[in-house]
Amino acid sequence: MPHTTETETETVARSTVTAPPGARTPRPAGKARAARVWQRLTPWLFLAAPLALLITFTYAPVANMVAYSFTDWDGVSPELHYTGVENYVDIFTREELFQVFLVSGYYLAASAVQIVLALYFATILSFSVRFRNFFKGVLFFPYLMNGVAIGFVFLYFFQDGGTLDSVLRLFGHETDRAWLSTSTSANVSLAGVSVWRYLGLNFVLFLGAIQSIPGELYEAAELDGANRWHQFRYIIAPGIRPVLSLSVILSISGSLAVFEIPYIMTGGATGTETFVIQTVKLAFQFNKTGLASAAAVVLLLIILAVTWVQRRLVPDDKVDLV
Amino acid sequence: MNHRRSLIGTLLAAAIVTAGCTGSGGTSKGADAKAPDDPSKVSGTIKVLTHRTDLVQDGTMKKYAAAFNKTYPKVDVEFEALTDYEGEVKIRMNTENYGDVLMIPAVIKKNDYPKFFASLGTVAERGKKYHFTDFTTVDGKVYGQSPMGAVPGFLYNKRVWKEAGISDWPTTPAEFIAGLKAVKSRTDAVPYYTNFKDMWPLTQWTYADGAVSCDTQATTRLAEGDPWAAGEDLRVGDTLLHDIVKQGLIEKDPTTTNWEASKPKLAKGEIATMWLGSWAVIQFQAAAKEAGADPDDIGFMPFPAQKDGTFCATMSPDYNQAVNINSDNKAAARAWIDWFTEKSGYAEQNMALSPVKGAPLPEVLKPYEDAGVKLIELDDAEGGTVKEIDNASEVGIYKPDYRQDLVDLARGARKGSLDDFLADLGKRWTEAAQSLGS
Repeated sequence: MPHTTETETETVARSTVTAPPGARTPRPAGKARAARVWQRLTPWLFLAAPLALLITFTYAPVANMVAYSFTDWDGVSPELHYTGVENYVDIFTREELFQVFLVSGYYLAASAVQIVLALYFATILSFSVRFRNFFKGVLFFPYLMNGVAIGFVFLYFFQDGGTLDSVLRLFGHETDRAWLSTSTSANVSLAGVSVWRYLGLNFVLFLGAIQSIPGELYEAAELDGANRWHQFRYIIAPGIRPVLSLSVILSISGSLAVFEIPYIMTGGATGTETFVIQTVKLAFQFNKTGLASAAAVVLLLIILAVTWVQRRLVPDDKVDLV
Repeated sequence: MNHRRSLIGTLLAAAIVTAGCTGSGGTSKGADAKAPDDPSKVSGTIKVLTHRTDLVQDGTMKKYAAAFNKTYPKVDVEFEALTDYEGEVKIRMNTENYGDVLMIPAVIKKNDYPKFFASLGTVAERGKKYHFTDFTTVDGKVYGQSPMGAVPGFLYNKRVWKEAGISDWPTTPAEFIAGLKAVKSRTDAVPYYTNFKDMWPLTQWTYADGAVSCDTQATTRLAEGDPWAAGEDLRVGDTLLHDIVKQGLIEKDPTTTNWEASKPKLAKGEIATMWLGSWAVIQFQAAAKEAGADPDDIGFMPFPAQKDGTFCATMSPDYNQAVNINSDNKAAARAWIDWFTEKSGYAEQNMALSPVKGAPLPEVLKPYEDAGVKLIELDDAEGGTVKEIDNASEVGIYKPDYRQDLVDLARGARKGSLDDFLADLGKRWTEAAQSLGS
């Protein structure tokens, strides 16, 4: 929004310069037309740079990818053949390519936990609590770290005799468990890491939404005898609904497209392979760039569909607290 | 609404135009990189792409270039070291700008070599002088040359194996497993270390191919049949790996192994054995020195299988150096490759097999020589087909995935039996071979 206002004021300023009122020029009509052209052109000039970047680095590669998905390209060969919808047929007829979505279930469950936790912490820290800012920092910090670094850190964390084992031993719990060594245990561990990482983002979103609720509402509620739970139930929860539904969409699409953490930590071994890891392997291990592009397009469509269904089920009403 | 639609239209059109501007660096013409007649007349600047970041950083490559300049004074050699060599060069292969000399990335199909690289000569001419020419030959012309070679084998800690009471190399997989069991019961060492987490060490098991049957046509057999049929090399190798894991002779948690840390551990005797190759010996000896252990404790033994009473080991090339077909200084580039292969001393310094026929074996392979291990070079005429089947079937014999599944299967993290698992691999493999052949 602030962008539009800026360009508008800019345009106004510009037109006063090019066509001053009561100009003493011989051909005012031409000047006026020129001014109108400028007026129209200016916003586009401002947009030129970002649009050029957007097209070159986002839309062109996507268009390319869609084009590759109809070919048998291997990623380097100068020759590629148009194969029609063969790649798509392949994806929908080979069930093992879709089985990996089961792994997303772990992350989906984890993101439910994550949203609840984030909501809990955001609510608590929106009231005045001692060391409030410190806790905010603690919760948000993991989100600032690079996913690859997190992967390496947690590899040591889950190692045999690593950090997790030592901490548990400190509390007198002797474990002899290889955390990443069975499919269930590995997926739960990885989903746990992902909760740790993304909790901060949800938390900040919720906190922002909660803090935008006018303070008088709480005061009024308190006068009416509402306790903290009531405040949450009748003020905070409805007040942050749009952000909540955004978080749900983000976490659904996020859990379908998990990549960094399992890729770094297990490389998809022991039943932790996700759809994106599988796509990367198709493209860069087996050189099936065409098939992998089709898989990426399918993932995009699935996420769009999920979002659409979700928006249908939970329409985004205007929030009116007062 | 109208406005928005035309905007979207413009964006789409722009996107498609930009997308159409992508091309490819290969040409279909083909070219030769002829060896220069007079070394003093060759001139130009050549850029060498290499994966040896370590050698570029410590100045070793500069020294090679200086030595090269003594013979070829007018050629300027520049190096570009790439950490993610495969990934970066793969993308650059879509342009014309991939150096003058480069290592052929694994991703390039053998049949596409003539589109990307200039020929170094005919196989009849080069094959007389050098090893590994087969691996880059397309239609009788050679497109690359590996500056060194390696043979696969087990690195083991001699002291630990001796403590376990074993002094002779096992000659069958069963004997080998008995040996590992002895290590487990009589010493504190981990009998076998899988390097499961780092993945690529598992791919080394594919180089058991040829070592079991002692057949130079092992690669052709891969292309023509089921590599996991009873008695085939890969089945014997994979079964051995499976049994080692199944009998609990590996590290406690394979999912958090660490390649760098495994080197000093083997040197100090905390790990007894690893399946790698002769190329690894120098690294482990260096690790031993650093860890204060005895480098002489690091031993090297062949795959536990004998044909007519002798062990066999296959010689395989490292990355092959090739000349970019778009290079302006093909003669200089060719001169560099020949000089680097023959006169640089690169293979000796890496304690690797020399690519020049008739050169003495490196120190590392002395025990092989003494024990009469037969070194064979596999016929790679079908190497390109094998890679194509490998990709089409998504089995990945040069990729770690299926062996990770195999290890998971053996330690019970995955359901199923070994026979079914290998049969499924064989089925996918032969089906892909058929669909490619049709």
